[in-house]
Amino acid sequence: MPSPTSSSPVIEVRALTKSFGAVRALDELDLTVAPGEVHGFLGPNGAGKSTTIRVLLGLLRADAGTARLLGGDPWADAVDLHRRLAYVPGEVNLWPKLTGGEVIDLLASLRGPLDRTRKAELLERFDLDPTKKTRTYSKGNRQKVALVAALAGDVELLVLDEPTSGLDPLMELAFQECVAEAVGRGTTVLLSSHILAEVEKLCDRVTIIRAGRAVQSGTLRDLRHLTRSNVRVTTALPPAALDGIVGVHDVASDGGQLTFTVDDDALSSVMAALAAAGMSNLVVTPPTLEELFVHHYGTAATDDAVPTGGAR
Amino acid sequence: MTALAPAREPRAQRGARSSTPWVGTGRLVAVGLRRDRVRIPVWALAVGGLIAYFGAAIPVAYPDAAALQTRAEIMKEPSGAFMTGPGYGLDDYTFGVLLANEMLGMVAVAVAVMSIFLVVRHTRAEEEAGRADLVRAGVVGRDAPLAAALVLLVVANAAVALVLLGALLANGLAPVDSGAVAAGVAVVGLVFGGVAAVTAQLSEHARTASGAAGGLLGLAYVLRGVGDAAQQGGSALSWASPIGWAQQTRAFVDLRWWPLLLGVALCVVLVVAAFALTARRDVGAGLVAARRGRADARRTLLSPVGLTWRTERAAIAWWGVGLGVFAVLTGSMAQGIVDSFEAQPQLAEVFGGASADDVLGSTLSAFLTFFAMAVAVYAVVSVNRLGREEDEGRTGVVLATAVSRPAWLRGSLLVTVVGSAALLLVSGLGLGAGAAVSVGDPGLAGPFAVGSLAYLPLVLCFAGLAAVAHGWRAGTWWVWALLVASILVGLYGPLFRLPDAVLDAAPFALVARVPSESVSVGALVATAATALVLAAVATAGLGRRDVSS
Repeated sequence: MPSPTSSSPVIEVRALTKSFGAVRALDELDLTVAPGEVHGFLGPNGAGKSTTIRVLLGLLRADAGTARLLGGDPWADAVDLHRRLAYVPGEVNLWPKLTGGEVIDLLASLRGPLDRTRKAELLERFDLDPTKKTRTYSKGNRQKVALVAALAGDVELLVLDEPTSGLDPLMELAFQECVAEAVGRGTTVLLSSHILAEVEKLCDRVTIIRAGRAVQSGTLRDLRHLTRSNVRVTTALPPAALDGIVGVHDVASDGGQLTFTVDDDALSSVMAALAAAGMSNLVVTPPTLEELFVHHYGTAATDDAVPTGGAR
Repeated sequence: MTALAPAREPRAQRGARSSTPWVGTGRLVAVGLRRDRVRIPVWALAVGGLIAYFGAAIPVAYPDAAALQTRAEIMKEPSGAFMTGPGYGLDDYTFGVLLANEMLGMVAVAVAVMSIFLVVRHTRAEEEAGRADLVRAGVVGRDAPLAAALVLLVVANAAVALVLLGALLANGLAPVDSGAVAAGVAVVGLVFGGVAAVTAQLSEHARTASGAAGGLLGLAYVLRGVGDAAQQGGSALSWASPIGWAQQTRAFVDLRWWPLLLGVALCVVLVVAAFALTARRDVGAGLVAARRGRADARRTLLSPVGLTWRTERAAIAWWGVGLGVFAVLTGSMAQGIVDSFEAQPQLAEVFGGASADDVLGSTLSAFLTFFAMAVAVYAVVSVNRLGREEDEGRTGVVLATAVSRPAWLRGSLLVTVVGSAALLLVSGLGLGAGAAVSVGDPGLAGPFAVGSLAYLPLVLCFAGLAAVAHGWRAGTWWVWALLVASILVGLYGPLFRLPDAVLDAAPFALVARVPSESVSVGALVATAATALVLAAVATAGLGRRDVSS
């Protein structure tokens, strides 16, 4: 049963390293997930998200570093830990001769007791026909089978590896609702994704990884502080007047409108200057996750070209 | 999407080169040749090599005309005719006649299998994998993929026919009759390629399409078998089978070409039908809808054993049917074999030195070894499924639940053990029952059924080796190499007069020739213990390594 009172991390990964031949898939990765939180695990293809998850599931053995999962060792205590978690892979391959309903029952009951009422309810919400053989399912429907099997039990931890990559927007919504309900029951969620809107909607904290390393970790709020807000203002102030303020960048003027970006700690001095000059319209938008993402990848991608492939 | 038939397209468009349904066929053929650049030569060389091998082996086993004539006597029996051919020229059984009577049908089946796989691979399998959408989105006409597959079919069968002809000529056979044999094989290949072109249109799934075409191939072989068994030279049923048409050319006896025209005509009809069906359906869709199944799993599915049994049971059933039928037929030839061995004692020696006082029992016991070899092949195939499950990402899903690696391996191996035991029992029972009917001694069935299980520990050793290969990710080629070498030494060692030391050390010689020889309990226990040790080594390896994808 979930234990929200405990404050020790559900997932604690320190300096995790894993190589496949010459390719270093994980390079001293750190990852901490606290109980009850939905943790976004972000990164482009090949960054090492799935490799991390497979180490956490005890399918891969790490070369170096430590990993703790629900207080246990993911390699040595795999079976006991797996009773308390459910996993949805990104690329779902199923047994072609079995029906979707049979696979759901199979996966759910190999983990623990199966809640038939919840299975029926989830089938309805995901609009999935359980009587079809899985070989006739589309990618999205195979993903739904794995999702229903994972969500049909009561677990402490959901490990979701790009779980919505084949789902349509309506089903994505159903997925988000289901995750929110699971969190309401006290479940912790590790959600690997590159769909930023989904992460923004669901996640309390995110870890951004690149080339097998965590490059940033924190709440979305924390991360936004690391980049600049966008400002659009209608003012009589000449663009040159802003040049003197430290922390203002990318100033552009278009008729009576000024647009620029500003570091959060320079915001008050900018506002003072604008207020003094007078303004008729002001829009300040926080950086989007996309911008955060591009900030971490766009700049870094040019200074080294380490191949990050091979991590699946 | 593709509902428009060519006839309804405006004439002007049809005339323009760029809008015919055939556009892109040439390119697709080039791609297909590149994809099959290894497969087609391998099939051709395998067929040629088989014939070359028999060219070398038959004179050793049957050194003179009298010896060959004893073989002809077996083929006069209905069961002999059922398994081979219509029996032309049995009164003057030369190597060429033997080849046309006994080998032509089997080679034709092999080439038909090649053709079925080839056509399905390039048509329905492409659609099922979704690659056809990509291809058809380019400048590629509706009929081009099928047309390209059929061109490849012709290329592959021509290649096989040429290599086969070369092998026949190398054996010093008459050129014209050799040509008829090679052409007959190719025509059977073309007909079943055509059958596959039709079944590929009917089902959404490549496996169903191949399975349906393969089923018709099996039916064709049985039809001509029943027809040939009914009457020497074949009866009406023989003429209902495309394989029968190839055999009815009477090569090396009294050659006639026209039966092959029936095959060519059928092939044309099938191809026209396939194109007509293509025009009536969407890309990716079939004409026969897939069946539905249960919404909830039975309790028996919900364990590693249950899951493995579910995915494996159809294979076990098919192996069982195949081995069972083959065993009954082999057993029912018992009397003919015994007669020929009595007439030609050196033949008995070839089959492993039948003892003079119990020719029947010792010969059938030797045959039981051959079935045990087939079951060993099953066991290795069955265990190798574990590697495929892992590569296709299903093992990871199971191991992410509360199933331990040893439990997963144990569950899978248990099904292999049960399957192997069942197949050995079916083979032994079939062989004994067939012989019991043939010689009128009902007491034969029981001892063979029970005796077959003496091979179980040895079969499980091969399964154990395959498990070790999986556990340590050590590749499966060496398991196959060991198994094939063991089988070849067991089957053909005596024929090529290998030293006794080699023959006695060969795995299949380690088991007593049951039931005619008595079983050594010590040897059984030692072999079983070896199998258990191998399983333990496999478990240790699997527990230490990464599980891929």
